[in-house]
Amino acid sequence: MAAISAIVLFGVLIVLISRSPNWPRVRDQFFNVDDFRASWSDVLGGFWLNLQMFFYAMVAIPVAALALAVMRSFRGAAFFPIRLLSVAYIDIVRGIPQILLILLLGFGVPALDLGGLPHGAMFWGLVALTLSYSAYTAEIYRSGIDAVPESQRSSARAIGLTQWQAMRFAVLPMAVRNVIPALMNLVVSLQKDVALISVLGVRDAVREAQVYTSRTFNYTSYVVATLLFLAISIPLTRLVDWYVTRDRARRTQAVL
Amino acid sequence: MSPKLVLENVHKAYGAKQVLNGIDLEVDDHQVVCLIGSSGCGKSTLLRCIDLLEPIDDGQIRLDGRNITERGVNANDVRRRIGIVFQAFNLFPHMTVLDNVTLGPRRAHKVDRAVAETQAHELLARFGLADKAAEYPERLSGGQQQRAAIVRALMGEPEILLLDEVTSALDPELVGDVLSAIRDLADQGLTMVLATHEMGFARDVADTVAFLDAGRVLESGPPEVMLVEPAEPRTRQFLDRVIIAGRL
Repeated sequence: MAAISAIVLFGVLIVLISRSPNWPRVRDQFFNVDDFRASWSDVLGGFWLNLQMFFYAMVAIPVAALALAVMRSFRGAAFFPIRLLSVAYIDIVRGIPQILLILLLGFGVPALDLGGLPHGAMFWGLVALTLSYSAYTAEIYRSGIDAVPESQRSSARAIGLTQWQAMRFAVLPMAVRNVIPALMNLVVSLQKDVALISVLGVRDAVREAQVYTSRTFNYTSYVVATLLFLAISIPLTRLVDWYVTRDRARRTQAVL
Repeated sequence: MSPKLVLENVHKAYGAKQVLNGIDLEVDDHQVVCLIGSSGCGKSTLLRCIDLLEPIDDGQIRLDGRNITERGVNANDVRRRIGIVFQAFNLFPHMTVLDNVTLGPRRAHKVDRAVAETQAHELLARFGLADKAAEYPERLSGGQQQRAAIVRALMGEPEILLLDEVTSALDPELVGDVLSAIRDLADQGLTMVLATHEMGFARDVADTVAFLDAGRVLESGPPEVMLVEPAEPRTRQFLDRVIIAGRL
């Protein structure tokens, strides 16, 4: 029944759209088969850059974020400067629009022409993305750490573990397990935000699509880029959904 | 002989709330002391303070005559000599019972894994958990989890075991085997301080019962006296309520 109603509804929509008087113009501008073929390989090549960025960011962000979150969660007066550092970093970086951070680092640092530092726009774009995402990710980790019951922390300390060992062997594994769904949602949005480096002139999928459009005044290349991003993000979203559902079922079962 | 554990004028406040208000208590070697009193009277806080999980504001705690609450004392060395078990089991859900039990010795005391595991298997067997070593905590019943938590606390061979209402979170039919495990430990002469609502158990197992009220030990004495004809009206009032609730 659900399948039938879906088919009927979408069938009606398709018929209505394709019969509308402006449809041929839309089709030529956005869904042109020839332009699709012509722009495909450049955009795909650019998308490969996006995927590489995504991959590097996926390695760098969790590590940086974990360090920040752990710094922020240490207790005792002696650790105050470390906590302060972490809080200040998170507050400042989360307060800066991502695109601004990318422009600042991507154009700004190479312009300084400092010896020993890489010049690549892609490199600095990646750094900017990592800086900003690790601040958000750190907050997620921290919420997980805070959600570990105080008595669990006490238990770890009571069996003789130091503060650091208690964090490493008891608190963090529990914390990470609690926040995996939230982390996975960030992964989905990161996968799209790697497109932001196109503002630095890096020839990623978006930039390539833009180049093609400015040459031909046809927007099909944007649709190509869109489809490529969707090809990754939709399965990823489904995966997150599946995981969250399974995780909830497991937890409810554990309670019952 | 001087007592094993001495608490002298111990004060502890959380913000404006004074939880412990001058606790005096002595625990002799091989003695079992039961702390009783209504919820919020400071029993749990007191146990946490003894294990140095909370700093105290005033007074002192002495273990074998040595002040363990003064500056410069290594809290980890003290915790190694004192075991504590909490109401909510608090086994780590991401590791097996065996790993839970051996984590402290392996990481904190640098005991060889094989040595720790041998000891763990012996203790688990003694507490009826021989076949549960490889299980994850969530697959165990509450009673089994709590016994595993007791084993974990015993792994460092503590001189004193602190038990914080260890049966309060259990289904009634599971309380029995945890209590009998504790009774075995008492019979073997382990020094224990336990906060409990199980008055019948306190009567059986305690050498001394201490009634806590508003952050002080209002009175203490042998269970035959404390649970039958206590001197203080507050204690009597508390016991009357317990009797109405069917717990004595």
